[in-house]
Amino acid sequence: MSWLVLTRWSPYGVGAGIGVLVLVSFILSNRPIGCSTAYVRASGLGEELFQGEKVQSNEYYKKFVPRIGWEVALLAGVVLGALISSGLSGSLAVETVPELWKAGFGSSFLVRAISAIGGGFLLGFGARMAGGCTSGHGISGTLQLAVSSWLALFCFFLGGFGVAYLIYIVVGGI
Amino acid sequence: MLDRFREKRSLRLITALVVGLLFGFLLQKGGATEYEVLVNQLLLRDFTVLKIIFSAIVVGSLGFQIVVRAGIADPSIKPFKPKPIIVGGLIFGAGFALLGYCPGTLAGAVGTGSIHALLGAAGMVAGASAFANLYPRINNFIEKGNRGRLTIPEVLKVEVGLTLLIVDLLLIVIMALIEINNL
Repeated sequence: MSWLVLTRWSPYGVGAGIGVLVLVSFILSNRPIGCSTAYVRASGLGEELFQGEKVQSNEYYKKFVPRIGWEVALLAGVVLGALISSGLSGSLAVETVPELWKAGFGSSFLVRAISAIGGGFLLGFGARMAGGCTSGHGISGTLQLAVSSWLALFCFFLGGFGVAYLIYIVVGGI
Repeated sequence: MLDRFREKRSLRLITALVVGLLFGFLLQKGGATEYEVLVNQLLLRDFTVLKIIFSAIVVGSLGFQIVVRAGIADPSIKPFKPKPIIVGGLIFGAGFALLGYCPGTLAGAVGTGSIHALLGAAGMVAGASAFANLYPRINNFIEKGNRGRLTIPEVLKVEVGLTLLIVDLLLIVIMALIEINNL
């Protein structure tokens, strides 16, 4: 079982495994793997804490009812799976400011924290507008040959390449 | 038998948790939960992420046709809404670059101990909340141009099998080119 403690597996093997896993998800649950919906369930649950039942009148939360269901369980599994995997290979470690970020923007945790929260905000907003993320559109949708998902995957990376170039090369000078 | 398995809430949640666990395990083993791997992909310095996505599509697309044709599962095609997909996709890309993770790899990174990923997840929940609250006002923009649940073979009027062959061969050629150039 030494392969379980390896730090890295071949990306092709991992990709093939994820392809099979999407099929397993279709077979057992009749649904694709997608990660971004869990975040909107969480946001609805959070808003319910402050606003109570008023949240249920929001048009968007009528479509994505705030509750702990399949998507939230899936995302909890992802956290757990990566925890087990990194634990087995000894790469489990607290990371506050990654090295690559430090090279461009220094080791201030505050600066990294603000950029991470801001980046997360755009990610959450954009994923809801586009109707999915790298897993829901980018893998599960594209493999069904959905037009929407191929366009989404293209735009995710087009935006990603462009803004990464601006942030890390132009501004950060890495 | 599958229907009864799918309908029982506790079994559904356990299935989701186990599928997620394997997904997180694979993402971590592939390096896709690491900030540097993801950012270096966006900077075109490391192609690990695209190798994972493309090989998942090749394997999954072939298997998916078998599963659907055997009547075991139903397609789940997201509607084609060009404008929100383009605008939302580009905003997503900007967030991907600034945060250095996407929604799934973000959750995985939290599991490996990334504190900035945890903050990013909080930001994501806030972004999703902002979208939900803005939705009634931008409803027209989001829903108006809905062209339906289109697939590539439907649009091109080509057989599914042929489309699959072309798409998968194209992805394999791209991966081969990436390998040949040692990227």
